[in-house]
Amino acid sequence: MPVTIELNGKKQTIDASPSTPILWVIRDQLNLTGTKFGCGMAMCGACTVHLDGQPIRSCSTPLQVADGKKITTIEGVSQNNNKAIIVQKAWEDLQVPQCGYCQSGQIMSAVALLENKQNPTDEEIDAAMSGNICRCSTYVRIRSAIKTAAKQIADAK
Amino acid sequence: MQRLIKQTIETTLQSQSRRQFLKVIGGLGAGLTIALHTPLSFADTNNLNSSDNPAFEANAFVRINPDNTVSVFIKHIEMGQGTFTGLATLVAEELDASWSQIRSEAAATDGKRYNNLFWGPMQGTGGSTAIANSYQQMRMAGATAKAMLVSAAAQLWQVPETEISVNEGMVSAKNSNKQAQFGELAALAASLPMPDEDQIKLKKPAEFKLIGKQNLSRKDTGKTDGTAIFTQDIKLDGMLTAMVLHPPKFGSTITSIDDTQAKSSEGVIKIVQIPTGVAVIATDYWSAQNARDKLKVVWDHSKAFTKSSTQIIAEYKEIAAKPGLIAREEGNLTTALTQAKTVLEATYEFPYLAHAAMEPMNCVAVVNKNSCEIWNGEQFQTVDQMNIAKALNMSPEQIKINMLFAGGSFGRRANPHSDYLVETVEIARQMQGTPIKLVWSREDDMRAAYFRPAYAHKLTGALDENGNISVWQQHIVGQSIASGTVFESGMIKNGVDVTSVEGASNIPYAIDNIKIESTTVKQAIPIQWWRSVGSTHTAYAVETFIDELAVKAGKDPYQLRRQLLAKHPRLKGVLELAANKAHWGAKLPKNWGRGIAVHESFNSYVAQVVDVSVSDNGQFKVEKVVCAVDCGVAVNPDIIRAQMEGGIGFGLSPVLMSAITIKDGEVVESNFHNYQVLRINQMPEIEVHIMPSAEPPTGVGEPGVPPIAPAVANALANVTGKRYYQLPLKV
Repeated sequence: MPVTIELNGKKQTIDASPSTPILWVIRDQLNLTGTKFGCGMAMCGACTVHLDGQPIRSCSTPLQVADGKKITTIEGVSQNNNKAIIVQKAWEDLQVPQCGYCQSGQIMSAVALLENKQNPTDEEIDAAMSGNICRCSTYVRIRSAIKTAAKQIADAK
Repeated sequence: MQRLIKQTIETTLQSQSRRQFLKVIGGLGAGLTIALHTPLSFADTNNLNSSDNPAFEANAFVRINPDNTVSVFIKHIEMGQGTFTGLATLVAEELDASWSQIRSEAAATDGKRYNNLFWGPMQGTGGSTAIANSYQQMRMAGATAKAMLVSAAAQLWQVPETEISVNEGMVSAKNSNKQAQFGELAALAASLPMPDEDQIKLKKPAEFKLIGKQNLSRKDTGKTDGTAIFTQDIKLDGMLTAMVLHPPKFGSTITSIDDTQAKSSEGVIKIVQIPTGVAVIATDYWSAQNARDKLKVVWDHSKAFTKSSTQIIAEYKEIAAKPGLIAREEGNLTTALTQAKTVLEATYEFPYLAHAAMEPMNCVAVVNKNSCEIWNGEQFQTVDQMNIAKALNMSPEQIKINMLFAGGSFGRRANPHSDYLVETVEIARQMQGTPIKLVWSREDDMRAAYFRPAYAHKLTGALDENGNISVWQQHIVGQSIASGTVFESGMIKNGVDVTSVEGASNIPYAIDNIKIESTTVKQAIPIQWWRSVGSTHTAYAVETFIDELAVKAGKDPYQLRRQLLAKHPRLKGVLELAANKAHWGAKLPKNWGRGIAVHESFNSYVAQVVDVSVSDNGQFKVEKVVCAVDCGVAVNPDIIRAQMEGGIGFGLSPVLMSAITIKDGEVVESNFHNYQVLRINQMPEIEVHIMPSAEPPTGVGEPGVPPIAPAVANALANVTGKRYYQLPLKV
């Protein structure tokens, strides 16, 4: 049974087994490769996308869960979303990425955090971001970039 | 170390493969008609100056494009450590280009043009050498291109070259309004003869405008919007995805395969046997994984490795208590030990460690009758060409490799056996002409090994009647990384693998009686270098044991190190810098402890001061790290800071929780739930201080790692009074 999703603002009907993880639909079928495969069991966060605005691990979420819902990936996160643009810019200004492989997932988690919390504390950042592993350990800068972005979002209001 | 690698390569070249090896790597003939969706930055640099393209390819590293951009060809992989920025900085500096016009592009695979100058005729990245070996070369490349642009302008405007100046990408003539951008002069410059090398004058450090002066934006872009292309992201027309079922134990062989169910699984194209297991080739990853789950293989374990890591470590400890091969010996230990007032002994244990890069190992290959093309986060070009050629019965020049970004490596993608690349071509050769993407799952990646080896160290130290350290004896037992690889002849001297003892055999402290011993034990567990190699364990043993001896002698661990490093000004320099910036000796909150460690690796010097807090239930937290680094000229200060931050974080995982255990020949850990690695909530605050220096630059990719583990253990000992001889730390 085909599943209908709205991916980065565009309605799509997907012809895939409903149990296929969203990650592989996005990557292998729809050719959006910004969302990464890291562990396949929701342990590392590299595959983080938004499902109706909430961060989910797409490697462990079957397609059927997204039926009739909105999926946003790194490729679409800054469409009509000023907060995401500010987050991406903070990431660049602070030169957060090293190898960069996990950073799509980090940014998706960070954007979701700032959608929910205007001015997150260190503890709130830890809680929201500890599902995203970075083996290059760019954590110091991730933390700074989230704080920088939070301030800039507040200033922009 | 670098000298040894070079020696090794040269020795290897003198043997069987020299003839093949030195052939010029030419074109591969008819190219593959494949639509490759990679950014332009991964373009092949072999065929650039077509007649309708008036670009000025000044040399192997610099091309001035008609649109006024400057392409800099980067011979070293970008895996997060900053080569695309660092090497480009060197060119831009001498070219007097504007940073905004610089574009970094992956260089072609060509061991003649793009060799690592510290490794002889071999292209590859490792040992924190990228900036160090390129410092002169890339500056010369930029300066030569600039000289030719100046000649072109002089010719065009009919003025003497001495009246031409270049600044931020603009060429102008003195006393006239004539000026031009690089792009406008490209065609003319391309027609001029190459100046002699001795005509080229490099800048003095005082003249630098980019090197060390500002935080340049990185040139490995696309990492905040998902557009950066890694091996995992390669899409080629007709490409299929392969997964491999590996044997559960090292050395198991296949008795029988029942692939009836797997074959009929959706999306499966073919199932093939390869030397390393059974490969499922399917249209996509999910289909491949589902089909692989349905494979039924009966394994023959009769020749398999069946030991457990507890047994391995127990054996190592027994061996460590006996004499080993001598790596270094000074003075007379027997006499000194007889005269000693206090003798301390300790046995250290270090587990196997996985690299666990975020991007699990993967590779894309097309094998044709007389050629093979690879797409890979490519760290070891020349070795990979040799190994793939051997597997395919081709010559190295028939193997074309496209270097992509790597989603981390930490040494893993520089495998002396090219393990996962050879696995890919073993599959692709059975599907000639079809692009095959091998993808390892996280479990495959973790269980395929090539781990940092497990080690045991036996330490004996003595204090004389004045409380001075009079004896240092250290016996290191474990597998040899170099053994059985092309590096064996250069890296193993008198039975001692330098990578097993580095960081201990060069212990810098002024101690009269020193003996460093080594015993190599063979195991069937595949092993490999892991970010900072020998120093991952030697720094821990050396820096915690010297600390223990200092405290035992009633001395301040920092002051004792200072005193014993009088003849090592750069080590002493970073030690003092870190201690001063951390206010060593200041009062700490209750249940906090402070520790220090200093270590040289890859000719860079790093000291770290760590603060830990211990809670009532015995849990501890690494609160803060103050790091000082001396890596010579600081080419990109922000990248140096980033590498120290990252090295500290990477080095904290094995301190806090990472370990690979082997049970009856099988790897117990499989994914990040049981091979745990550092997360953001465990990351301390970090302060990095860079020692000003005019010495030639050395690397920063690895040297941030070694001091963190011992500094944490010393800080913990400072609170608890206990000493810690096992990693991960158990409080």
